[in-house]
Amino acid sequence: MKNSQETSADTISEGKNTSSETLIEIKNLKKSFGRKEVLKDVSLKLHNGENLVVLGKSGSGKSVLIKCIVRLLNPDGGTINLLGENVGSIKGKKLSEVRKKIGFLFQSGALYDSMTVKQNLEFPLRRIKKDLNEQELEAKVKEVLDNVGLPNALESMPSELSGGMRKRISLARSIILDPVIMLYDEPTTGLDPVTSDEISELINSVQKKYKTSSIIITHDIACVRLTADRIIMLHEGYIYAEGTLSEFEKSDDPLIMSFFK
Amino acid sequence: MKKLKILDIKKVQSLATARSIKLSEDTLEQKERANSFLTEVGDMSLFIKQIIKETFSRKFEFKEFLRQCYEIGNKSLPLIVITGTIMGLVLTIQSRPAMAKFGAVTMLPGMVAVSLIREIGPIITALICAGKIGSGMGAELGSMKVTEQIDAMEVSATNPIRYLVVTRVLAATLMLPILVLFADAFGFIGSWIGVNIKGDVSLVLYIFQAFGSITFLDFFPALIKTFLFGAVIGIVGCYKGFTAGRGTESVGKAANAAVVLSSLLIIIVDMIAVQITDMLS
Repeated sequence: MKNSQETSADTISEGKNTSSETLIEIKNLKKSFGRKEVLKDVSLKLHNGENLVVLGKSGSGKSVLIKCIVRLLNPDGGTINLLGENVGSIKGKKLSEVRKKIGFLFQSGALYDSMTVKQNLEFPLRRIKKDLNEQELEAKVKEVLDNVGLPNALESMPSELSGGMRKRISLARSIILDPVIMLYDEPTTGLDPVTSDEISELINSVQKKYKTSSIIITHDIACVRLTADRIIMLHEGYIYAEGTLSEFEKSDDPLIMSFFK
Repeated sequence: MKKLKILDIKKVQSLATARSIKLSEDTLEQKERANSFLTEVGDMSLFIKQIIKETFSRKFEFKEFLRQCYEIGNKSLPLIVITGTIMGLVLTIQSRPAMAKFGAVTMLPGMVAVSLIREIGPIITALICAGKIGSGMGAELGSMKVTEQIDAMEVSATNPIRYLVVTRVLAATLMLPILVLFADAFGFIGSWIGVNIKGDVSLVLYIFQAFGSITFLDFFPALIKTFLFGAVIGIVGCYKGFTAGRGTESVGKAANAAVVLSSLLIIIVDMIAVQITDMLS
């Protein structure tokens, strides 16, 4: 495992089925809110086929990091190369094109309250895959609902769903456009341990089925154990440590130990 | 020899320092207040610029626009009809004694019609809509912002300004004049009822008397300003919702700020419109 001094962004997890093709490359990312520097200098890479877990305390800038990747937030410094495009320098149609290849699971689920589950799932499809006819749309919706284990939730409103179901539907909406990269913002927060494990398993099955590469933001160690190919720990705006799950579990660093023991 | 009182230098120093700290804190607070006001004005100008840009983009969300027209127009109609009727009735009952003093009761329909068309219909309808529609937009978009729904829309390559804001602003701009026409029409009916409480005037004669006093210059400027009122309600409601902070508290604040600011702007726009109409006529 590498600590903050020797962390190199191009570490590849050991023994995992990942190729060396880099999908996301972040260099010296900086982001502040007013006088508060959230990300001071963050560099990392996401390789094809891997699940990269970004671990850190609340407020360490994990969510800010993935929001910068899709330009929901504008970085103050550094570069983000996403699928061959410099995210900081593209806008309009080009940015939309890149975003279409990204699935984003929000912490709150972010399902549209005024729409049914079916309408939520159809929303991105109708806007982006305009060539699909009604039967194809229906088949796609059914397919993703089956994949998240909720085939009968079609006409439900988001307010009628439990926390775990909302996360599953939100995941279904994220994968409906067949993304290349999945970004998960605290996917198991607020869920009971059983549902958390189910969501973590779902993340793995989505990765296998849709051949996605993922960045998973979390501080839930059970989720880390189930999903991580490689782990990066953020602390005080820097990458504090980087390595595999076994390296983190064996570490005697007090900060890492506070998470894993 | 008169003995001079020697002040304790440390006490003087500490008093001066405290006073100076207080002064600099006050200055900073005032500067921050001025800054935040200017920032808000700047942000809102940029927001309006974005709305204008997206309004003329090719990918207009027509279906959502129609849905918003229905939401704003149809769902506000009962409230506007009731308010319009009561407005006409009350205005007639209140004006009647004064008109009677001058023996001008027959002019009551004309006076009420001019008041309703020129001022009372548009301003009361706009203020009611600021409360109903503006707060609704502020709360809905604020809640979408807090629960990351707007971010989710943006990430799925849908422009939230185009989908959420342009449709609402245009729907409010188009629906408000229609609602004002309804308010005016039902105001006439209310006024006719008011006239008939102490008199006997047929509806046809009432309408004939009322419309006889209205000119193009009464109707047209009033109609134009109702479009502006609608735009103000839409823009302010959406802006406050879009810029809501974090947490559920900010949703309430956004809704409240939408009503307060749009009501204030409606009155300011009305004042300017009245001045321009007066100059033209």
